[in-house]
Amino acid sequence: MPRLHASAGFGALLALLLIIGFGAWRYDGFISEYNILTVLRYNSMFALVGLGMCFVIMTGGIDLSVGSVAALSSVVAAYLSPYGLIPGLLGGLAAGLAAGIINGFIISKMKILPFIATLATMLAASGVALLLSNQQSVPASYDTNFMALGQGDFALYAPEWVNGEDAGFFGAVIRIFLGFPIPAWIALFAYFLGSLILNRTAFGRHVLAVGGGEEASRLMGLPTDRTIFLVYVMSGFLAGMAGVILAAQFGAGQPIEGVGWELFAIASVVVGGTLLTGGKGSVGATLVGTLLLGILFTVLNFENGMGWISLSAYWQSVLRGGFLLVVVILQSRLTRSAAAA
Amino acid sequence: MSSTTQNAPSPVPGSVGSRPRGGIAAVLSRRHIGTIAALVALLIFNFIFTPHFATMQTLSVNLTQVCVIVIVGVGMTMVIATGGIDLSVGSIMAIAGAFAPQIFQGTLFPVPNLYTGIALAIVLSITVAGFFGLFNGWLVSSFRVQPIIATLILYIAGRGIAQVWTNGDLQVFKVPEFQQIAIGRVFGVPFQVWIMLALVLIAAWALQRTVFGRQVLAVGGNEQAAWLAGIPVRRVKRRVYVISGVCSGIAGLIVIAMNSAADANLIGMGIELDVIAAVAVGGTLLSGGRATIIGTLLGALIIQLVRYTLLANGVPDAAALVVKAGLIVLAVWLQRQDRA
Repeated sequence: MPRLHASAGFGALLALLLIIGFGAWRYDGFISEYNILTVLRYNSMFALVGLGMCFVIMTGGIDLSVGSVAALSSVVAAYLSPYGLIPGLLGGLAAGLAAGIINGFIISKMKILPFIATLATMLAASGVALLLSNQQSVPASYDTNFMALGQGDFALYAPEWVNGEDAGFFGAVIRIFLGFPIPAWIALFAYFLGSLILNRTAFGRHVLAVGGGEEASRLMGLPTDRTIFLVYVMSGFLAGMAGVILAAQFGAGQPIEGVGWELFAIASVVVGGTLLTGGKGSVGATLVGTLLLGILFTVLNFENGMGWISLSAYWQSVLRGGFLLVVVILQSRLTRSAAAA
Repeated sequence: MSSTTQNAPSPVPGSVGSRPRGGIAAVLSRRHIGTIAALVALLIFNFIFTPHFATMQTLSVNLTQVCVIVIVGVGMTMVIATGGIDLSVGSIMAIAGAFAPQIFQGTLFPVPNLYTGIALAIVLSITVAGFFGLFNGWLVSSFRVQPIIATLILYIAGRGIAQVWTNGDLQVFKVPEFQQIAIGRVFGVPFQVWIMLALVLIAAWALQRTVFGRQVLAVGGNEQAAWLAGIPVRRVKRRVYVISGVCSGIAGLIVIAMNSAADANLIGMGIELDVIAAVAVGGTLLSGGRATIIGTLLGALIIQLVRYTLLANGVPDAAALVVKAGLIVLAVWLQRQDRA
C-alpha cells in the first residue's frame, strides 16, 4: 500500500512537470519571472487552505468551512489593518482559530459527523462575516504595511548587482528568490512545518493512526479526540491565514469570497493522492495538487493569448473537473490493482 | 467519516424503529415527533408574534421558497440513504435550466410549435439531468469512487458545462405556457407545490413499501451484508444517483420558470448545502441506512420558517444564517441523544 500512495503523489508531480514543460514549450513568457511570481502569489492562499484540509482528510474527516472562515478572517483583518500589520494578522488568525476550535469541539466532543458540523460553521462564519461587514467589502488600510502580507516581497533587500545586466544565472536565482512573494514564503514555511509535524511528531503519527482506524486507535490508548480536535483547529488557523492574505492581496476584506474554496481544496488533496478514507497522505503531494489545479488556469489564459482559440474562463471549471475525473479513475484503478496484488 | 461504522444501524432494514404501517401512521411515525413539535412551536410563535402570518400569501411564499429545496431533497435523501452524498445537484440544475429555454425557443433545433417545444424541453432537459446523475452513479458504483469526490467532479465541471453551453449569457424568455409549471395555480396553490407534494409522496411510498426502497436502506445500513443477501448493490447505487439527477433537473426547470430567465451562473448555486441541511434536520442519518422523505420536507419547512420568522421580525438575513447553523448542529445532536 505505501507503494500505491507514493505512486499517486509521484503521478501528480509528473503531471505538474509535464504541464510546466508544455507551457514552457508552447508559450512565450510562461517561465518568465512575472508569471511564476503571479502564480505563486495567487495560489498561496489555496495552498494554505489545502494543507489544513490535508490534515483533516488524513484523520478521515472533512472541513467544509474553510472558504467562509477565510472570508470572515479577511473581514476581521481588514478592519484591524489600520492599526498595523501585526494587529491585522493576529485578528485574522484569531478569527480562523476561533472557527477551528468551534469545529473541533462540535466534532470531537458532541460527536457530530464532520460533514454536518463544518457545514454548519460554514454557514455561521459566512453569516458573521456578512454581519460584521454589513454585506460590503471592507477596504484594508494602505497607510500601514499590512498589504505586504499579500503583495510584498523582499526584492528591496536585494544587493545592487543582481539587478544589473551582467548578473548572470546566479544573480537571477538570488533575484527571483528575494522577489518571492511574502504569501508564498508563508505557504512554504507552513508546508515545511506541516511536513515536520506529520512525519516527525507523535501528533502526526496519531493523525494517520486515527484516520486508519478510529476505534482501534482509541483502544490502543491514543488521544483520538484530542487529535481530531487539533486537526480542525489547525485547519481553521490556516484558513484564517489564507483570509489575511486574501485581504492584503485584494486590498479589502471580502465577506462573500471563499465560495467553493473547500471543494477546490479537497480536489487538490485528492489530486495529490491523499486517500479520502484517511490514514494515508502526504503534505508535499497536496502542494503539488494545488499548483497543478492552479496552473491549469494559467495555461488556459496563455492559450487564449495565442489567439488561435478563445476559450472563455468557463472552460476552467470544465478542465478542472475533467482533470479530477482522470485522477480519480486512475486512483481507483491503482487501488484495485494494489488490492488484487 | 471513519465514525460511520460505529453508529451504523442494524443491518436488517426496517428493524430500526417502527415497522411500516398503513396510512397517516406510516407517514408520521414516531421519529418525526421531535421535528413536528419544533414545526408546531414555530407556527404558534408566528401566529402570536408575526403580523399577517395566517394568510394565504404567507403560506404561498413559504411553500414556494422550500419547493426547490424539497424537490432536490427527495433525490438527496435517497442518495444519503445508501450512505452516499450528491454535491452536484446545483450544477445539474444549471445544466437542465440552461438547456430547456434553447429547446422551447427553438434556437437549438426547429420545433413545430410551442407546445411540442415545451414538452420536448421538459422531457429532454430532465433526461439529460438523469444522464448526468447516471454518470455520478457510474463513478460511485463501477469505480468505487467515494461519493463526495465522484460528485465533486460534476459540481466543478457541471456548472462549467452549462456556462460554456450558453457562453455564460443570461437567457431571458417570456413563455407563460412553460412558466405554468412554477407559477400556475391549482386550487390557489402554486403548481410547483403540487409537483413537490407528488414527488414527496411517491418517494416516501417507494422508500417504505417497494423492494427498491428497502434495498436502498439495506445498502446504506450495511453494504457488505446487503451484497451477501443478494441485493444488486451497484444497480441500487446507480439508480439513486439517477433519481437525484432527475429531481435536480425538475428543480432546475422550476427555477427558470419562476425567474422567467435562465442564468447558468446562478441556477442552483449553493443549493446542495441547503438541501443537505434539510435532510439532516429532518432526521435522515447521514451515514445511511435510515431515511425519511417526509422528514426532509419537515426539515426544509423548519429551516425556512426559522428564516421567515427572523426576517419578519426584523433580524437581518446574515444573522439568520448563524441561527440556521446552530439549528443544524442542535438537530443532529438531539438525534444522537435520541439514539444513544
